[in-house]
Amino acid sequence: MKKTYKIEVDCAACADKMEQAAQKTEGVATATVSFMTQKMKVEFAEGADVDAVMQQVLKNCKKVEDDCEIYL
Amino acid sequence: MTKKQKTNLIRIIVSAVLVIGLWVSPLTGWLEGVLYLIPYFIVGYDILLKAVKGIFRGQVFDENFLMAVATVGAMALGDWREGCAVMVFYQIGELFQSYAVGKSRRSISDLMDIRPDYANIETDGALEKVDPDDVEVGTIIVVQPGERIPIDGVVTEGEATVNTSALTGESLPRQVKTGDEVLSSCVNLSGLLHIRTTKEFGDSTVAKILDLVENSSMKKARAENFITKFARIYTPAVCYSALALAVLPPVVRLIMGDAPMWGDWITRALTFLVISCPCALVICIPLSFFGGIGGASAKGILVKGSNYLEALAKTSCVVFDKTGTLTKGVFQVLETAPEGMDAQTLLGWAAQAECYSKHPISQSLKTAWGGQVDTDQVTDVEELGGFGLTAQVSGHAVAVGNRRLMEKLGIQPAEPQKAGTVVYVAVDGVYAGWILLGDVVKDHAAQAIRGLKAEGIEKTVMLTGDADAAAQQVASQLGVDEVHSQLLPADKVRQVERLLKERKEGQLLAFVGDGINDAPVLARADIGIAMGALGSDAAIEAADVVLMDDDPAKIALAMRISRRTLRIVYENIVFALAVKAVCLVLGAIGIANMWLAIGADVGVMVLAVLNATRALSAGKE
Repeated sequence: MKKTYKIEVDCAACADKMEQAAQKTEGVATATVSFMTQKMKVEFAEGADVDAVMQQVLKNCKKVEDDCEIYL
Repeated sequence: MTKKQKTNLIRIIVSAVLVIGLWVSPLTGWLEGVLYLIPYFIVGYDILLKAVKGIFRGQVFDENFLMAVATVGAMALGDWREGCAVMVFYQIGELFQSYAVGKSRRSISDLMDIRPDYANIETDGALEKVDPDDVEVGTIIVVQPGERIPIDGVVTEGEATVNTSALTGESLPRQVKTGDEVLSSCVNLSGLLHIRTTKEFGDSTVAKILDLVENSSMKKARAENFITKFARIYTPAVCYSALALAVLPPVVRLIMGDAPMWGDWITRALTFLVISCPCALVICIPLSFFGGIGGASAKGILVKGSNYLEALAKTSCVVFDKTGTLTKGVFQVLETAPEGMDAQTLLGWAAQAECYSKHPISQSLKTAWGGQVDTDQVTDVEELGGFGLTAQVSGHAVAVGNRRLMEKLGIQPAEPQKAGTVVYVAVDGVYAGWILLGDVVKDHAAQAIRGLKAEGIEKTVMLTGDADAAAQQVASQLGVDEVHSQLLPADKVRQVERLLKERKEGQLLAFVGDGINDAPVLARADIGIAMGALGSDAAIEAADVVLMDDDPAKIALAMRISRRTLRIVYENIVFALAVKAVCLVLGAIGIANMWLAIGADVGVMVLAVLNATRALSAGKE
């Protein structure tokens, strides 16, 4: 399953960090962040609880980049 | 400017004024230093805060940390002014970056913003605006002049000219009337249209295009991946080098018996840290690609990802499907050779005799003739499978068919030495002439091939299921290098696979098709280009690049845009890396101070961003 989220992030290097953080989150198969469109596309692993996973993704992203937001 | 940017601007101005004030003031010593802390904290408190937070989270090598260490270090060494000014400059750079990037991002997004906000539904004579998502299939929607058609449908009432430029890049408006199919995202220029929707909003053309373009920056180009990978290594590498620079030379000097000069080397190390911010590098690459994709989509060329835009520039071989791609894919009367009558009369006999037939040829005959068929005058139609047909038209026995039909009637007709389908006509047993029908080449096809050659394409190949004679004729007319005819769909895949094997290392192959029957080939080629693909889901799905209109000349344009975008990308990479490298060397040997370092860093970023925005206009002549 794939879902796209609107995000807010200030710099391109930070967007890359968010992408890395999201990819490492359990339950995420792949994640791509586009700094240009300010969007995050997440493909979830089979049977993952989307809401719980996204909460964790947000937490992990905040960890690497304090000044970011994902609109869930 | 956003609120955040405005606050930052005020912070920068206030602290810059304070720094200049302190600079010209006669104060010295610790009092000056403490006073410098005021502008320093005004402009840099958020950076310091983030740096501290980062350390606790184990995120050591981020730019906040680097700037904090560099400026605090400078101040600790007594360079109050320098530490403070570097922070001001850094913030100016950040502000510019967020402003410039935000602005170009918006201008590109606006270019692609064809999302309709509402649909009008007529209820009890009054128009009601509803969310296009809520409109069910089969609903009648009303589109007023100046409004965008929100959902695909069929006109049930009204006549108007519509601007299709958002879909096709074609600026010439199109006329639509009752019964015509209209696509969403076209703008109604004149006249009121009532449209019965045939799709849901989510399945409509506009939604599909939006989805495609918005996702295009998710598929990252090699250049982009290279630079993000590079940035991940670059920052830590520079940090460790800075540490080495601060410690090793003084230690060596101590061993050699010289004065260690700690302060000098630590200053050089701090300069290193200032140069280690990778943001200028990381930002300009996706920005350039985004600009290129935006510029292309404004021309009716949808590129599904930065990687495909990059690949287009490396294409050396372009393979075309013939029917529907280089040719119009419809039968048309090319030539007539009447015997004892004029061409119009000949076409009239044939068209009337064929009036009941659903074959494409009979449709073409009717179009070419242009007259009205009075079906009462056509009787005793007899279809002769594999020969043609005979009929009584206005009391005359007319036979229309192939050569064998004529021979059966005892006629030896003239033989046209031309490629195409020939229809012979006999009236009352007397030979009346032949009509040559064939597929016609698109207006821009020859220009498209020439354009590709001019772009440096080494080989153009045409594949077709048609007979060899017709294929050869089209090929020589267009100047295609290689032709393969009488191919079945599976043969086309084999041909493309053979060409894929033959190409040189690093060169790519593009296949251009209309999406009908060639989806497997589109998928197999390095780059699949589908044209005139509006409404063909399979083609949009399988292709990497979608040309919204039928014009094959757009392929050369797409390559031009791709080349230009890539040139801008490489310019930025080389320029940014070169400036950073020079600054690092100069910093290490003590020539460049922190002022120069931050100036170069901000300067590179400004120029790179400005250069990247040029990609947006890549499609303009």
